[in-house]
Amino acid sequence: MTDDHQLRVGKIENGTVIDHVTGGQALNVLAILDIDGSGGEEISVGMNVPSERVGRKDIVKVEGRELSQEEVDVLSLIAPDATINIVRNYDVVEKHRVERPEEVVGVLSCPNANCITTAHEPVDSRFAVLEDGVRCAYCGTLIREGFARYIEVD
Amino acid sequence: MRHDHVLTAKQFSREDIEAVLDRAADFDGPTGGTRHTNTLLGLLFFEPSTRTKMSFETAIKRLGGDTIDMGSIDSSSVSKGESLADTVRVIEGYADALVLRHPQQGAAKMASEFVDVPVINAGDGAGHHPTQTLLDLYTIRENAGLDDLSIGIMGDLKYGRTVHSLAHALATFETTQHFISPESLSLPAEVRYDLDEAGASVTEHTGLESVLPDLDVLYVTRIQRERFPDENEYRAVADEYGIDLAMLDEAKADLSIMHPLPRVDEIDPAIDDTDHATYFDQAHNGVPVRMALLDSLL
Ligand SMILES: [Zn+2]
Repeated sequence: MTDDHQLRVGKIENGTVIDHVTGGQALNVLAILDIDGSGGEEISVGMNVPSERVGRKDIVKVEGRELSQEEVDVLSLIAPDATINIVRNYDVVEKHRVERPEEVVGVLSCPNANCITTAHEPVDSRFAVLEDGVRCAYCGTLIREGFARYIEVD
Repeated sequence: MRHDHVLTAKQFSREDIEAVLDRAADFDGPTGGTRHTNTLLGLLFFEPSTRTKMSFETAIKRLGGDTIDMGSIDSSSVSKGESLADTVRVIEGYADALVLRHPQQGAAKMASEFVDVPVINAGDGAGHHPTQTLLDLYTIRENAGLDDLSIGIMGDLKYGRTVHSLAHALATFETTQHFISPESLSLPAEVRYDLDEAGASVTEHTGLESVLPDLDVLYVTRIQRERFPDENEYRAVADEYGIDLAMLDEAKADLSIMHPLPRVDEIDPAIDDTDHATYFDQAHNGVPVRMALLDSLL
C-alpha cells in the first residue's frame, strides 16, 4: 500500500522519507527542519495523499540526508503520527516513529513580545514540552495548539 | 536554602521559605554585624524602582557589605545598545552577586545563564518578583500564619508580578487563595496552570463582597491607568476594586490588609490607623528578609 503511494512522489535512493505527516503540514515539516532547498538537496513533497491509516497524509522525501531521531522528534508537535524511514540503496533500512522530546530549542519563537528570547540577546528560544502543549522556559508562556504558527524563520 | 540564583518563587520549597523567614526573624532589629564585610552587591536596575533598590542596599549594608550601582540606563552602556548578556558578564567581574530589575520577562533567568555569581530577580516585566514574595510571606506569617489561611488577592492579577510570585509560593502551604479582579485583569493562564498542577485551592471572583467575610488576609494591588483605553473605564474599575472603612464591617476583626505599595486610591487612608493596616510593616520587612536571603546566598 505505502509503496504505491510513495511512487507518486518518486522513490529515493538514499535519504529520509517522512511518512504519515498530518495532512497539510509538509511545508511546516520542512520549515522546522530548516530545509528550504537552497542547499541543492533533492526534495519531494506529496500533500493530501490518501492513506488507509490517517485518511489524508503528507509525505516528505529528502534525498541524500539521513535525519537523526533528535532532529525529527520536534516534528511530533505538528505531525505526531509521522514515521521516519531511512533509505539506503532504495531500501528502507530503519523505520521509527517520532517521539515527543522533553524540550525544543530554537524551533518555536515565543508569542510573548515581552519575552527576553524575542529581544536582541544571544539566547535561543526554549520550550518545555508538556502533555498538552509547550511552555517557554524563560517567560512561562503556554502554547497549547497551532504550533506551526510559531515556527522560527531565520 | 542553597540556590545559586533566585529567579522565581516557584523554585522555593516550603522548607526553603521557612528557613529564610526564620533567619529573617534574627535580623529583625538593628543587627546584622559584619558577616559580609567586603561583599559587593551589583545593582542592575533597568527600570526605576527606588524602593526595592533601597531595600537591597540597606540589607547588604546592614550585613557589613556594600553596593555597586549600574546607575540609570540612559547613562550606561545599555543606552549604546549593549545586550543584557554582555552587561551582566562585565558586572559579574565587579560584584559577588547581582540584583536585576528588568522590563522583560525571563531576563533574570537568561542573565543567570551567562554568569557564575548568584543572580537575584528583583522583578522581570509581568513575570516574577520572588524577594517581594518572601517579605509578603514573612508579613503573612507574623499576622495570620501561613497554614489554614484564607487569603484574597485583588486588583491587577494579569500583569502583577508580585501576585504571580505570591500565588506560586502560597501553593506550597495549606491556603485557600481567592482571586478578585475584573475579567480583563484576571490571572494569566500560565499561573492558573501552575496552581492547578500544584493542587492549590483557588477560586476566582469579579467582586470582593462575597468573599470578604471569609478572609484572614486581603492583599490589594494597584490597577494601572495604562491598562485601560480611557479614563472613565479606568476610574470605574479602580473604584470597584478598592476597600474603605465601611466595607470592613463585613470583615473578620483580625483581617490583615496588605499592599506591595505604592498605592493610589485602592486603600482608603482611613484604614491606615486601624489594626487591619499591615502594609507599612510589610514594606519594612523587606530589609530583614533580604538580609536573610543574601546571607544564605553569599
Ligand atoms: Zn517566552
